[in-house]
Amino acid sequence: MDGGSIPHDSGWGIGARLERREDQRLLAGKGRFVADIKFPGMLEMAFLRSPLAHAAIKGITKPAGKHADVFVAADLGAVTGIRADSSLPGFKSSTQPILATDKVRHVGELIAACLAETRAAAEDLADLVDVDFDEIAAVHDMHHALDAGAPLVHEHWSENAFLEAGADVGFSAAIDGAVAVVTRRYKTARQCMAPIEGRGLVAVWDRTLEVLTLHSATQMPHIVRTGLAGCLGLDHGQVRVIAPDVGGGFGYKGILLPEEVCAAYMAMSLDRPIRWIEDRREHLIAGANCREHSYEITGYAAADGELLAIDCEAIVDSGAYSSYPFSACLEAAQVSSILPGPYQMRGYRCKTWSVATNKPPILPFRGVARTGVCFAMELLLDSLARELDMAPEAIRERNLVRPEQMPFTNITKKFFDSGNYPEALRRAVEAIDLPAIRREQANPKGRERIGVGLSIFCEQGAHGTSVYHGWGIPMVPGFEQATARLTPDGGLELRVGVHSHGQGLETTLAQIAHDRLGIDPAKVKLVHGDTAYTPYSTGTWGSRCIVMAGGAVASACDALGDRVRHIAGHLLQTSAEHVSLQMGMAKTAIASVSVEEVARTWYLKPQLLPDDVDPRGLEATEGYKTVQDTGTFSYACHAVKVAVDLDLGHIRLLDYVIVEDAGTMINPMIVDGQVIGGAVQGIGTALYEEMTFSDTGQPLASTLADYHLPVAADIPEIRISHMETPSPLSRFGQKGIGESGAIGPPAAIGNAVNDALKSFGVEMVQVPMTPARVRAALAAADQGTGS
Amino acid sequence: MKPVAFDYIAVGEVDAALAISTEPATSFMAGNQSLGPMLNLRLARPEKLIDLSAVAVLRQVTESDDFVCFGSAITHAEIEDGEVPDPTAGWMQRVAANIAYRAVRNRGTLGGSLCHADPAADWATVMLALGATAVIHGPSGQRRLPMAAFVLGPYLTALQQGEVLTAIEVPKPSATARWGYWKYVQQVGEFAKASAAVLIDPAKKRCQAVIGALGGAPCLITDIDDLIAGKTTPAAVLTGSLIAPPDDGIGLHAVALQRALAAAMEDLEGAG
Repeated sequence: MDGGSIPHDSGWGIGARLERREDQRLLAGKGRFVADIKFPGMLEMAFLRSPLAHAAIKGITKPAGKHADVFVAADLGAVTGIRADSSLPGFKSSTQPILATDKVRHVGELIAACLAETRAAAEDLADLVDVDFDEIAAVHDMHHALDAGAPLVHEHWSENAFLEAGADVGFSAAIDGAVAVVTRRYKTARQCMAPIEGRGLVAVWDRTLEVLTLHSATQMPHIVRTGLAGCLGLDHGQVRVIAPDVGGGFGYKGILLPEEVCAAYMAMSLDRPIRWIEDRREHLIAGANCREHSYEITGYAAADGELLAIDCEAIVDSGAYSSYPFSACLEAAQVSSILPGPYQMRGYRCKTWSVATNKPPILPFRGVARTGVCFAMELLLDSLARELDMAPEAIRERNLVRPEQMPFTNITKKFFDSGNYPEALRRAVEAIDLPAIRREQANPKGRERIGVGLSIFCEQGAHGTSVYHGWGIPMVPGFEQATARLTPDGGLELRVGVHSHGQGLETTLAQIAHDRLGIDPAKVKLVHGDTAYTPYSTGTWGSRCIVMAGGAVASACDALGDRVRHIAGHLLQTSAEHVSLQMGMAKTAIASVSVEEVARTWYLKPQLLPDDVDPRGLEATEGYKTVQDTGTFSYACHAVKVAVDLDLGHIRLLDYVIVEDAGTMINPMIVDGQVIGGAVQGIGTALYEEMTFSDTGQPLASTLADYHLPVAADIPEIRISHMETPSPLSRFGQKGIGESGAIGPPAAIGNAVNDALKSFGVEMVQVPMTPARVRAALAAADQGTGS
Repeated sequence: MKPVAFDYIAVGEVDAALAISTEPATSFMAGNQSLGPMLNLRLARPEKLIDLSAVAVLRQVTESDDFVCFGSAITHAEIEDGEVPDPTAGWMQRVAANIAYRAVRNRGTLGGSLCHADPAADWATVMLALGATAVIHGPSGQRRLPMAAFVLGPYLTALQQGEVLTAIEVPKPSATARWGYWKYVQQVGEFAKASAAVLIDPAKKRCQAVIGALGGAPCLITDIDDLIAGKTTPAAVLTGSLIAPPDDGIGLHAVALQRALAAAMEDLEGAG
């Protein structure tokens, strides 16, 4: 961390609650999203998607007279399928076809692409394509995917597992002396990410330049470019990806889609712009699947609550294919490496399976595996506490890594860079007013029971080369670059390869630039979302932007600042070290010149430049890495008060507290927004969202009438309290925070519900905790024996 | 999710609608809040869509000493906002205010909801409990059906091909009547998982309960004296009244009846 920020308080710099500059555009309905883009001669594309989860394709018949408007696999020339392998030993390869060839492996898989002047006419065409299927039994339940005799999703594999992996750190030796041993089975539902804007694209072939431009709702334009060029067999120089305004992503928009490859190829071969806008039904049944985990976990504790060991077997339902670039094993690899959470323990064993099923590929959703892991770990801890007759806060206090141990390398070799976990716990307990809730619980009223629940977790963000190299997936992040360029009028252009899809980077990166150069954030223009204009980047994912792009912007601004000071020193007849940059001025103790004048001098009045001026001018590209690339560790404690209706099984959230440590906050208002938005999604995981499948692999929630998202009326006021422990690894002490909010709610709410229902002997072990599931659990526990 | 092409015909008179509706593959629409999504999902593929929402007579409301008669194209929002008379001194207003969410209420209509006959919808249950009458126009003139004979099953009404529900006549309860309507939704905007309405109006000799959200037509229970007196339980009443138990069991429906009854007993004003 570098404390050398400019000592003035403009109200615009690091730590300011600056209003989001992009909101002037977005809140006025003036954003430009991919569905707003139109080109002359553009055709609309709709897909015939597989109605079956698992079937051989015996034949496809195009509608009469429409052969040229319908593309099937055989029409895609030398285009190759999407492949995302991991170098982890034992990983089994799969190729996701662009359009299905001889087999379909999930409902919604692409079979034929149909073109027409309007989307409705393209859908009419898709209705007329006839496919002759030979249905095969579907693998629909991850618990039976590995059964002997289970149908094989990929015929050439020996069993339905992408990867089986494990970790054992002194497990057997650690469990001696355990007085409490608790085993539970936990499950998280398959979800859909449901950003307000789905995927979408417009593919345009420029035959003069021989460049394919893909306008795509993506959060990782450079990675999409690399993947797309590979599938199309084009040079990178022939592919440009533009991400316009993007309405949320949450991980789904980092994935290279077969739809993108298909549209790009068709645009090239027909020389017509082609547009595809994902509709909500495509999104739900075929697109943004995520989250489905199953855990069998045992905790071993000593009489004083010390956690001796954790033993876990976890299955991730990875779906049919390994998605580019994160692969089918990222989720399970995360499970085994982060399950221990913020706790110390003596021994640890975890075995994971990434199983293949006849469902869409599982994709990394905000928090990735952490939401499931936190649910399993935190519910288990409460069960151990009940077994030991300890308070939930006491067993956590007993086992959390303590501040004096920081930085701390945990049992799975995660390097916790900084923080005070017990203090976050104490603040959350105090803010929710635990003693008052305990008093209220002593006098239950009517048919509702009150409960309180805690969850505490840490979130690794901005982890880099060493972490991802170990997983050996197609994308390993390295140096993050940014370009800072002074314009002749003294404005600043920042060019970054990450993309903002709701994070407010147009504001926060301008605040960082202001901190380094003193330029008014209103004069900072962020150029992002276009591979033609920005340095290569793996993009926006893994809570990395404010650390990595923020660090890169600071480095580039510093390099630029040196050159500005050098020229300014010459103009002020002093040397650069006496010049500081503040509020648009280059100042010495006695004189000043505007940065605008310095810029004008470089660009338009070079006769005034010093002889030893840096010939690279007022444009600097710098690369940045954190001090070490193990990641920043933000953390949070969630505390929630619920009421459970015993007759309805209905759960109401009465109060919600989050104590969060994002390190140095660049913009606390944006941090709050990230935390609240994430928490709402976590509440969705806890209570509402579930994509169920029939035993033939049919998705049963194909519209938002059946797939239930949290709505405003479901959400209590979320009270956030910040701690600010700077990370020693990042430029300003900032920590990645983007995913955090979505991690804690299922665990905290689950613990609160189980607290409310403790006297009935009921423990919920599965999310979402639907009213039907709560009623069933109460019925099974023979309601009436307790209370 | 774009509909198959169809002809859209906005009519100004009921007779004009009746004339077209004899042609095959014709659907009526009013607020289009249920049909619209089915069109987009291509689950409904009418060739002609006849829009009744601007037919003047269907937008009329008339009031007499004993009844309010609602044109079938009156919207939920108009009832919610008190833009039309409420024969129940606020009960209907409160029911309307909790239908789906405001965007649906702005366009969705009383008559459209009854004709769609979704088992979990509010009006089919509430209109049956209030003793309303459906006024129907068809090729052979006008006929009137009590609500109990109007909704026959899930998405099934007594309307014949070529008939239009033109009005719903709702009797005014007495000043001493009590009312309770209760439904369970996990989230705002959902269709009810369970619902019940209770009307206690001895002065008008109308004491009855209706159970909705059963997966079929709502169930009218006309003898609730023992229930009111606490001599029997909601579960026992339901078991005795339902021809077959619902797929999801009695439990939640008994809770609905209990809570609707409690609302009626607690609050003279009604607890909609």
